[in-house]
Amino acid sequence: MGKHLQKELEKIKKQILSLGAMVEDRVRMAGQAIERTDAQLAARIVETDWEIDEVEVEIEEDCLKILALHQPVAVDLRFLISVIKINNDLERIADEAMNIAERVISIAKRQDPGYRFDYVTMFTKTEQMLKRSLDALVNLDVDLSFKIVMLDDEVDAMHRQAYQRTCDEMGRRPDAIKYLLNYYLISRHLERIADHATNIAEEVIYLIEGEIVRHGKY
Amino acid sequence: MIAIKNINPPPATPHPHSRLGSREDFRTIGEAVVANPKIRCRHVDVFYGPKQAIFDVSLDIGNKEVIAMIGPSGCGKSTFLRCLNRMNDTIEGCRVSGDITLDGQNIYDEKQDVVPLRAQVGIVFQKPNPFPKSIWDNVAYGPKIHGLAETKSELEGIVETSLQKAGLWEEVKDRLHQPGTGLSGGQQQRLCIARTIAVSPEVILMDEPCSALDPIATAKIEDLIDELRTQYSIAIVTHSMQQAARVSQRTAYFHLGYLIEVGQTQQIFTTPRHRLTEDYITGRFG
Repeated sequence: MGKHLQKELEKIKKQILSLGAMVEDRVRMAGQAIERTDAQLAARIVETDWEIDEVEVEIEEDCLKILALHQPVAVDLRFLISVIKINNDLERIADEAMNIAERVISIAKRQDPGYRFDYVTMFTKTEQMLKRSLDALVNLDVDLSFKIVMLDDEVDAMHRQAYQRTCDEMGRRPDAIKYLLNYYLISRHLERIADHATNIAEEVIYLIEGEIVRHGKY
Repeated sequence: MIAIKNINPPPATPHPHSRLGSREDFRTIGEAVVANPKIRCRHVDVFYGPKQAIFDVSLDIGNKEVIAMIGPSGCGKSTFLRCLNRMNDTIEGCRVSGDITLDGQNIYDEKQDVVPLRAQVGIVFQKPNPFPKSIWDNVAYGPKIHGLAETKSELEGIVETSLQKAGLWEEVKDRLHQPGTGLSGGQQQRLCIARTIAVSPEVILMDEPCSALDPIATAKIEDLIDELRTQYSIAIVTHSMQQAARVSQRTAYFHLGYLIEVGQTQQIFTTPRHRLTEDYITGRFG
């Protein structure tokens, strides 16, 4: 029975990593869409979100099957619980990428009032956090996970900056509020992606250490 | 509930890439000591002739707790259990050293009479072994030889309460004088538990009590264990990890005669601290 369970767990691991790669791809596309205000690329993200949803459901069902049939304990149990949660986080990240795409589509329709907030740095940080959180999962790297949790503060700070600048800009150009709102919400979605990446890192810590480090308990 | 401190030394240098102790380190990890132990074992070694079966095991059994002992076949868990009421005395060439005390009294003292000891520390075996007598006689036998009842009605009272506590009364009250061996396996096992309870024990040892039973009879025994724990300390040896997880508050993992890890059952089954424990409970063993 031991070997059978190990095979099933290996399969789940491959599935979650492949979902991770799919989601990373979508986030990268969203980044390009922001940079070039590319509505076509954005539309492609929105249209293909169902692919992620399907894989997410499949992974969850497989996890439930293993829990019911093998009643795993210890590291195997922690692994499955982590996968169930990471699975959820990845799906939410894909949703946020889709939200960004929708913002980009809205922005592309309106006339550009000439306001730009540099999202490149914020995007690069967020994307890096996601990539590293998946690396931490692949390599079961606790140290890397803790670093990611720290990085989240930087993204939060950038988000606050974007908020402040948008507020100021709205005061100056009340006619462009709709545009500015959509533009600001991109920052909100990026910040959410960084939060989900942090969750993944925290799940990796739980998986390895068996300790729940959410809610600032480190 | 039970205050715990660690008497055993910390594990040797941990594996550089893991929080778990190495597979070669056989020193006990975890909370082997409780504040008010019912049974206290220190540095117990057991030999069968020249062969050592148990190596320096120190472990407490708390008051009114269920402690499960798990481990692969031949790891010494049953041997250790049998030390606790001197069942090993009956095996020729078996020698026990170290301290084992029950309520502070050394049970291996020369003056200790094993007959009352085995009433105080009862045992239930893997295969139900009712005496070839009636159900009533099976339960009444112990109280009679230990002189626990002065009158017939007192004895009847003990038999009834014991059968009730064992959850068997309703099923057998109309056929108390039929042979105990005519009951089903699960009922026979509960009869053996009733027989153990009848002599007012303080500790009940169970050596794989459900391995010969079907899932329903097993569930009944497990429910029973949970009820009995309000009155007795229970040590149970089991091959079923799920059973250990379901019925016990603490779990002890044995390996090649060593006590490898002991701790709260929840902790053992979610975050074991020793690599060997993890290997065993996750089925990676061997």
